[in-house]
Amino acid sequence: MEVSWFRVLLLTALCSAALPGCAWFGRGNDAPPEPVTASAESSGITGEPASDGPIIEPKVARREIKRPRIDTEDFELGAYVGILSIEDFESNVVYGARLAYHLTEDFFLEATAGQSRAGRTSYENLSGSAELLTDSERDYTYYALSIGWNALPGEIFVGKNRAYNSAFYLVAGLGGTRFAGDDRFTVSGGFGYRILPTDWLAVHFDVRDHVYDIDLLGKKKIVNNLEAHLGLSIFF
Amino acid sequence: MSRPPSLIILLVLLFTASVQADELRKILIADPYIELHTGPGRGYPIFHVVERGREVVVVKRRTDWFLIRTEQGVEGWAAREQMIATLEPTGEPLDLQEPARENYMSRRWQGGIMAGDFGGASLVSAFGGYAFSDNLSIELTVNHILGEYSNGYSATIGLMHVFVPEWRLSPYFTLGTGIIYTEPKSTLVQTEDRNDQIGYVGAGLQFYLTRRFMLRSEYRNNVIFTKRDDNEEVDEWKYLGFAFFF
Repeated sequence: MEVSWFRVLLLTALCSAALPGCAWFGRGNDAPPEPVTASAESSGITGEPASDGPIIEPKVARREIKRPRIDTEDFELGAYVGILSIEDFESNVVYGARLAYHLTEDFFLEATAGQSRAGRTSYENLSGSAELLTDSERDYTYYALSIGWNALPGEIFVGKNRAYNSAFYLVAGLGGTRFAGDDRFTVSGGFGYRILPTDWLAVHFDVRDHVYDIDLLGKKKIVNNLEAHLGLSIFF
Repeated sequence: MSRPPSLIILLVLLFTASVQADELRKILIADPYIELHTGPGRGYPIFHVVERGREVVVVKRRTDWFLIRTEQGVEGWAAREQMIATLEPTGEPLDLQEPARENYMSRRWQGGIMAGDFGGASLVSAFGGYAFSDNLSIELTVNHILGEYSNGYSATIGLMHVFVPEWRLSPYFTLGTGIIYTEPKSTLVQTEDRNDQIGYVGAGLQFYLTRRFMLRSEYRNNVIFTKRDDNEEVDEWKYLGFAFFF
């Protein structure tokens, strides 16, 4: 039974191959049909002389579809001002700038740079004239490259009709601090709270600890410089 | 005193004008319905749904969330998973241009940060690179070296060869040159700041994480061409780095 099926298939295949082939042999013998054209004297039914071109010229222009790009706002740029407590050297105002890139709804990368100025140690105040640092060495600048985690995203409710998106986040990072004439490897970490009054504006409150080793007073020790700041940033 | 406020007002006006000048992308909902959240995150409550066939406007995007505005003017955030099924007004599927594994192979620009150890000192490093081909790229690295006795900066330019770029975890080889600036600590006895040329050869591992992100780990053997009789050799370990491509 199967054999005959194959035979039928084979024959069909052969026929379909051979028949168009036969037609191919006959090609070229036939004279091409005379094109039916209107002679110069003849006129159309309406009496007007027939023109060569088509009556209606199709004017089809390809429509350019320009799609507006979706505005992606994953970057955040801002500035902050706060108080930095420099261990042994009083607390002072700190200014800084902040650039963040939101990787996902949970994580972000953050680069911060800030500057402050150290005050006088208790020893300097008591001794009167002894200065541990020169004027330029009291400048305190730092930078940090951090990763942040939006631990508690949520909303805050102001009154009856307003709700603003917010997030409590944790941040940890590495960087450098220039203080007392030297750069020091600094590990920083902390937490912050972000409220978004609109979709593109954020208000931050941050607390950071900057930790580094210092041997300024002869013996190496670890210092913790705590910072609290308020900031504004825009998403772009 | 009147100048700064007027300047700010002008800037704000310019900013809002530029925002309004942008035309917004219209899309057609193809899912049975999409859910609008109050914020760009999975935890924010759903307060509105838009059913299939409705045309809405995409105002902006943040990470994997899209701010949608309906015909009635309701604004809410929709997740990317639901947006994938939406259509252009012409009926074509919406191309969200998601950086994924396919794009990983065709990446051209990449950048990132790394941290590690430079001959006993701590190291913070940033790099950027451009790929000529799947394997070969040129890279610029800036290092901040923070040691106990000296600090320094170095900037290097080099070639990087990724052996099997299509693998998720791929080894690479790197070779380059640059300059290093060394500044001994001020608490030390008088020593001079130095500027030297540096050459390096290194190897590393690159791991494709997800979306447009990569992890990296690298070792470099540096030769510092000092002005003294002997050159200095420094081992540089970058334990972990985070990179992204675009």
